[in-house]
Parts: sequence; structure tokens; C-alpha cells
Amino acid sequence: MTQPVSPPRDSSTDKVPQAQPPAWRGLMARADVRTLSLLGVLAVLILIGGITKPDEFLDTRNLQLVLTQASVIGVVTVGMTFVIVSGGIDLSVGAIVALASVWATTVATQEYGFTGILFTAVVVGVGCGLVNGVLIAYGAMVPFIATLAMLASARGLALQITDGKTQIVTVPSVLDLGERDAYVLGVPPLVLVFAVVTVIGWLVLNRTTFGRRTVAVGGNPEAARLAGIDVRRQRLYLYLLSGLCCGIAAFLLIVLSGSGQNTNGNLYELDAIAAAIIGGTLLTGGRGTITGSVLGVLIFTTITNIFALNNLQSDVQQIAKGAIIVAAVLVQRRTASTT
Amino acid sequence: MTEITSRRGLLFGAAAVSAGALLTGCTSNEPSDSEDEPAGNDQPAADDKPGKQVTIGFAGPQADHGWLNAINDNAKNRAEKYSDVTLEITEGSNDTAQQIGQIETLINKKVDVLVVLPADGKALTQVGLKAMRAGIPVVNLDRIFNTPQAYRCWIGGDNYGMGLNAGHYIGEKLKGKPNARVIELAGLDNLELTKQRTQGFDDALKNYPNIKKVARQAAEFTVESGQAKMAQLLQAQSKFDALWNHDDDQGVGALRAIEQAGRDDFLMVGGAGALSAFQAIKQDDGVLKATVLYPPTMAASAIDLARALGQGKGIGGMAEFEIPASITLYSAVVDKTNVDQYMPTGFR
Repeated sequence: MTQPVSPPRDSSTDKVPQAQPPAWRGLMARADVRTLSLLGVLAVLILIGGITKPDEFLDTRNLQLVLTQASVIGVVTVGMTFVIVSGGIDLSVGAIVALASVWATTVATQEYGFTGILFTAVVVGVGCGLVNGVLIAYGAMVPFIATLAMLASARGLALQITDGKTQIVTVPSVLDLGERDAYVLGVPPLVLVFAVVTVIGWLVLNRTTFGRRTVAVGGNPEAARLAGIDVRRQRLYLYLLSGLCCGIAAFLLIVLSGSGQNTNGNLYELDAIAAAIIGGTLLTGGRGTITGSVLGVLIFTTITNIFALNNLQSDVQQIAKGAIIVAAVLVQRRTASTT
Repeated sequence: MTEITSRRGLLFGAAAVSAGALLTGCTSNEPSDSEDEPAGNDQPAADDKPGKQVTIGFAGPQADHGWLNAINDNAKNRAEKYSDVTLEITEGSNDTAQQIGQIETLINKKVDVLVVLPADGKALTQVGLKAMRAGIPVVNLDRIFNTPQAYRCWIGGDNYGMGLNAGHYIGEKLKGKPNARVIELAGLDNLELTKQRTQGFDDALKNYPNIKKVARQAAEFTVESGQAKMAQLLQAQSKFDALWNHDDDQGVGALRAIEQAGRDDFLMVGGAGALSAFQAIKQDDGVLKATVLYPPTMAASAIDLARALGQGKGIGGMAEFEIPASITLYSAVVDKTNVDQYMPTGFR
């Protein structure tokens, strides 16, 4: 493979657009073939949805629904993208979402109301990310193994906390956030959070030293170290970031579903990795975009939506999801070799 | 360099520990009231008079779902009720190989009777046979073994009957309504029981030519999947008259989606018998009007049967000298009229 060659190229191209003053021009130039092809896929899906179910699909409520359903997994995917770009992987995201959501919805935590639930969800998410980060960065554990261990233990702890029971949220201020009255100019608050996380993620990855370091660490850790980057600290921060995203996602899920359950976040790790990969993030690290990942999430959510609107069964949905991952990666291979 | 790192590591370690301590400090899962009392304790036992000491081995499921947790609780609490019963309980498991090992351990311990809720009935048939051959009668709970040789008595729920009764309830409610439309929010589609529930529902609806099932989506028995799938269904079906949801746990999510969509133009029937569903039915201020039982009290009954087996008794109220070979529970419809009676059996 051409991995050792690509990182310096990536970090140098990263600096070029920053020098160009008109931001929109730069953006357009950077909207590479990959992003355009993803937008194309999304456009085709919207066309299919619009043709098969014009009344239900092309409806404001449906747009709100698709975006709301993309929010929880979308926030997780933004964090996951950073981790994968740095050459790592976080298999524990689903389990962290589960643990954070059940911890935040225990009877005791609910007594502290909105703040208690939000605080607990975020702290548990960050705490799990911290453990992952310390194990990987300073314990020199392979990310796959460290986060696999976190997956197992966080799920176990979530089950222990709930005792298998569904913890129903009774705090009105939390529940209200998921109601239609809470929409800001027609946008559900969950979607706003997702949008804010996406924009911050994009800015951090593309416009900050932290982002450039992340790409550098993923491209070639040794070169990054020689260039003066504290690779270990960078890795620690990245898993913390992923954990933080999981904590936020857990809170969104609590708002959305009105409860905490140990089965929450089931298979999020695979969904987030799949979305990042069809978004053009290299699983080996060194390359990836937030835009691509978010488009990946939107493509998956739109497919699910179209299938449900047309009353197709879940087996068909799963087959199609698999086919789309394969197709997207094949298309990217092609476009990657021509650019 | 290393010194700095280790000091930093220490700092982070301390931060992690204190965050954990903080959380544990403000977290407890004990509700203040004691309505945690499991179901099954209010019903009369088969025969309350103490008899010969019986050791019952119980191999239950991993309690990762409200209903499964209620199964384990029911078994434990029923056994405690009897002074002549000792319960040898294994850690619940979803893993076939692990459960086989656990049951073999119970066989080696020479328990008098075994109660097994297999993670997979087919896969655990062999170990059921092994126990029977070792002279330990097996009470097969819910998920059925492949051959009747592997158990002395089977007791379980009626998935087909759930669908049937839900269908009849909805059918009666929509009687006289021309071109009525119903939708179905099914459970995990890769489970046999989901197909049986749907089959029963469809068969019942055949009795009502005015009703058409217009949509069916499968969720995953979780709150999260219930919310997601129901939100889609509501968007897909702008108008329908009734909804049957296979499971009350995913129903928590489904109800949330219904509330978020601001819909109340249909009636909903749930399945299983969760406490939250009973409470909603009793309050009667939402779409949920009834739920079809799949009672977790079956675990308590299984302990009763195991005790009777161990003591060589029959069942009170029946003429037989022995306990029956098979008992299929009734999937009663619980609605506003009888919800109070079932409230104590509700699980969360």
C-alpha cells in the first residue's frame, strides 16, 4: 500500500486552502470527488423516496424525522471519525452510550433533574473515554483490544445498574426537549445539537493544530513524533473526544426515547465505523472528513426511512445496507485512483 | 520524560477515580418505595403444605430485558416461599455453550429437579436429554426443547395466542368500521416467536373482513428500536385505526414516538405485560388501551411444578396423580376493566 507516502502529502495539502482568503472558494475546491459522489448517492436516494412515496417522503415532518434519527448516531460518528483518522478505532461507543444513558437515568440521578441527567451522561462518557485513552496512549494497548474490553465491561456495568429493567425518565424538562413545541424554527433541538457538533468537529479537524496533529498521527505516528507532536497525549485526547461524543449522544437518546436501557446504542460501533468508511475515512488512518462521515450517516438514515415508508422488512433493509457499504467503498477505490 | 508521563498518568487516574466516586455518590437505583415485590407471590401455590425437601436447579436467561429479569425474580422469590425448597441457581446466560456447562454442573451436583429456560431450545436439547437420563426430571420453561424426551413437563407462553387475542380484541373494537386499517410493530424478526405472534394476529384478522393490515415493521424488543421504528411507521401511515405492538418494552419507545408525533387517532394494543403498560392502561389518557399477556409468572409456576415433581404430587384442582406433560399459558387481554387484577404481575 502507499500509506507511508500519503501522510506528508495530506498534511501539506491541508495547509494550502488556509492561505486562500475566500473561504467559499476554498470550500468548493476542497469538495472533492468523494464528497460529490456521496451527495450524488444521497440525491438518488431522495429521488427514489420522492418517487415511491411522494406524499410521505417529501414532507417537512419526514425531513425532521430523518435528521432527528440521524442525530444520535451522527454525534457518535463525528467522534469516531477523529479516532479513525488518527489510525485508531473505538469499538466501545455503543456500550458507552448504553452505560451513560442508564447511569444518567437511575432514580437517584433523575432527582437532580435536567442538569443531573446531562451532567452524568457527559461525565460517564468522558470517563469511559479517559479509561480508553489512558490504556491506549500510556498503557500502550492496541485500540482494538482496549476498546473491546471497554465494550464488554461498560455493557456489563450498564446491565448491572439497570438489573435488566427499563429506566423510564420522569423529568419533564428532559422529555420536553424531544417534543414538537421545542423545535427552533422547525428544527428539533436534537438536530441542532447534531449540527453544532458537526460544525465544531469540522472546524477542529480542518482549521486547528489539533486537527492537523490528528491527521499526522494517523498518517505516520513516527513522523509525527519526530515533528514534535506528543503522539501519546494526542491519542489520549482523541479517545476522550470520542467518549465525550458518546456522552452527548447518550443524552440525546434519553431525550429521544424517554428512557435508559442497557440495550441502548446496540451496534453503534458498527454503524459509526460504516458511516465513516463510506464517508471516505481510511480505516488505516491519515485521511477522513467530517462532511463525508455525516453524509454517510444521512445516507443510512435515509435508506432506513425509505424502506420503512415503503413497508419493506428488516431483512431486505440489512441486505441493502451491506450492499451500499460495498458499493460505496468500490466507488471510492475508483475515484481515489483517478484523483 | 518518563517522570512527567507517570505523574500525568497519576493525575488522570485520580481524576477518573474521583469522577467515578462522584457518580456513585449521587447514584442509587433503589426506588424509595418497595413496589419491587415480584409477581407471582400473590397467587396461591399448588400445595402450600411443606413436604419432602427438594433441591431445584435453575438455569435461567441473562436478564438483559425486563421480561427476562422478571423470569429470574419470579423463580427466586417463589422458591423462597417454600421452606422445603432449596434453589441452586446458575448465572443467567445467553450463550449456548455456557448454559450447557452450567446445566451439567447442576446435574453433577445431583439436584432433584431442573428448571431450564434455554437460551436456545434446539441447541440445549442434548443437555436436557442428559439430565433426564441421569434421572433428574426437567421442567422446560418457555423456549421448548426439540424432543419431549428431553423434558418431563413444559410450561410456557403462547405466542400464537398473543397474536390471536390481540387481533380479536382489535377486531371487536373496530367492528362496524368500514375499511379499517391496522398496523403491526413486530419484535425481532429472526426469532420464531415473532413469526408466531404475527401469524396469530393475521389469522384473527381474517375473521374481520372490514379490517386490512396495511403495514408491518420489525423492531428489536428495545426501547430505542421501538421509538425509531414507530416514528417511521407513523410517518408512513398518515391514517390508521389500530396498532398492535408485540412487546411492552419496545412499547415504551413506541409510545414516546406516538407522543412526539402528536398522534392519538388510533388505539394501541401491547404485548407481554409490563408495569408501565398496565399503568398507562389504567390511566387511560393515551392510545394504549390493552396489552396481551405473556406472563413472567410462568417462572414461579415452573418452580411449583418442579416442587410437585420432586415430592411426587399432582396439581391441586386437577384429578391427575401427576403433573401434566405440557402447560400452555393463556395470553389474557388486559384492559381497563381488569388491569387492577394484573397490576402486581407487571414487570419493569
